[in-house]
Amino acid sequence: MNRQAQAAVLFLLGGALLHAGATDLYLRYVKEGLRPLLLASGAVLIAAALATAWYERRRDRRPGSHEHPEPRVAWLLLLPLLALILIAPPALGSYSALRSGTALQKPYAYGPLPAGDPVPLSVVDYASRAAYGHGRALHGRQVRVTGFLALDRSGTAYLVRMALNCCAADAQPVKIALTGTLPPVLRPDAWLEVTGTYTPRLARDPVNNGPVPYLKVTSARPVPTPRDPYDETWNN
Amino acid sequence: MAITEDAPPGTDTEPPGPPTDARSDPPQDSRPGPPQAPRSDPPPDRAGLRLSSPLVLVLTLLLAVLAQSPLRGLLGTPAMQSWTTVFVAVTVQALPFLVLGVLLSAAIAVFVPASFFARALPRRPALAVPVAGIAGAVLPGCECASVPVAGALVRRGVAPAAALAFLLSAPAVNPVVLTATAVAFPGHPEMVLARFLASLLVACVMGWLWQRLGRTDWLRPPAHGAHEGRSKGEAFWGSVRHDVMHAGGFLVLGATAAATLKAAVPADWLRTAAATPLLSVLALAGLAVLLSICSEADAFVAASLTQFSPTAKLVFLVVGPMIDLKLFAMQAGTFGRAFALRFAPATFALAVTGAVLTGAVLL
Repeated sequence: MNRQAQAAVLFLLGGALLHAGATDLYLRYVKEGLRPLLLASGAVLIAAALATAWYERRRDRRPGSHEHPEPRVAWLLLLPLLALILIAPPALGSYSALRSGTALQKPYAYGPLPAGDPVPLSVVDYASRAAYGHGRALHGRQVRVTGFLALDRSGTAYLVRMALNCCAADAQPVKIALTGTLPPVLRPDAWLEVTGTYTPRLARDPVNNGPVPYLKVTSARPVPTPRDPYDETWNN
Repeated sequence: MAITEDAPPGTDTEPPGPPTDARSDPPQDSRPGPPQAPRSDPPPDRAGLRLSSPLVLVLTLLLAVLAQSPLRGLLGTPAMQSWTTVFVAVTVQALPFLVLGVLLSAAIAVFVPASFFARALPRRPALAVPVAGIAGAVLPGCECASVPVAGALVRRGVAPAAALAFLLSAPAVNPVVLTATAVAFPGHPEMVLARFLASLLVACVMGWLWQRLGRTDWLRPPAHGAHEGRSKGEAFWGSVRHDVMHAGGFLVLGATAAATLKAAVPADWLRTAAATPLLSVLALAGLAVLLSICSEADAFVAASLTQFSPTAKLVFLVVGPMIDLKLFAMQAGTFGRAFALRFAPATFALAVTGAVLTGAVLL
């Protein structure tokens, strides 16, 4: 790849990073906190592209300058570029969720339940209160949880949220098993807002034997994919 | 993959020439000019390449845009979709840190005089190694930044042993990573201490080992001829461009491998491996290499591997920032394949040993 082509690739790559950082696209792949770094690195790449093109023009006028062989491996940079611009793969969904075990861990302490009826809770929050806190504060309260659906081979429906620390490569699912009145048609990866009550029933994740608490559903309605599909709160 | 092969169309078409030469001598004598010109006289060939690579680039992009819907269909299955997501995620997550490292390395290469390092580091390499290892604490971020910086240090005349100690320690002992470790293991500050000590220990031992056994001809002298006789700005941006393209390409290679293995490794075998201590250490060491997780995030993943012993988790935390698929590809790109093939297994063995020893004492 010669320098003009390199300048073009740098420019496109920087542009793709800026695009991903400026829209919410980046939230499908990395944590929210990375945004300033993404934007800054996109700007640096574009600056490098412009500088390369500028010095290349001046170099052409200079006699006796010759080109060094450039690494061929650089062509590989086109792959993430095209994947990001053309395909923009969705955030990890039910396929990955069922392949790995629930990442639920015993929390340090339980904060007070948020106000409201039904109580809005995250998947992680409900799961840890139900699995480790024996649902103490949850008795007699309606809770509302949002996550995507995953269906295992036996047909059990799970409400899942992928918990993320840095990027999608380290995302791990936290699962709640659903029982009670479910919608007649269940589509994997569809986002649901589920209202229900605590039930002491507890299952074990077949993958890593982790605890998967149940939620007794009273009503469920489809919702659009949230802005940030991952849960980034649970250990930060 | 096809993209890489399309790149040099000029060079691939040449070899068919010689076989016909052997059979028919007289005609070959009458036209020796055209077939031999590209081989004996590089400039015209270069000119051809110079025209062709932007062309190839444009054609590739056009083709990809045109083939957009079949491509999407191909990547539409859940398995391929999650592969693509992980692949893009690893690249997007690592690129900012790579850019940070590349900027630092270009600044070191262009603006910091070589005499600075001669003064800052002890003259004796045996002493310079631990100093460089501790200096790794000042480079915030993950391992993608440390490879180009270490490359620039070697180019700037720092003893390779010291630069390698820096390369290994920087991703593991900096405050950002140690804070993340403390957050991931609440109530276990000994894990943070163990990670710091074990990483520093392994980095220093690797540095000393290189000083004893390492040979300079394993290290490929980085080809950076672009700096002489130019303005500082041109040298700086030339170094940034070269390093991003070069290390970036290898980063993509590593991300491909990591995404493939994440999709291919079944989660079940981890449970069987956790049962025996030896196997659990080896399993997590192998997992750290295969998953190629950023060192800022690996502590959270380690914490979630609840079936495993603390020592096995420490092995995961020490091995991961020092050697994984992504790093191996980048090291091979920066220092040469001969180096990486020797350095990586030695690092792996030492990191596992060092982590197990530290774990036995502290955890």
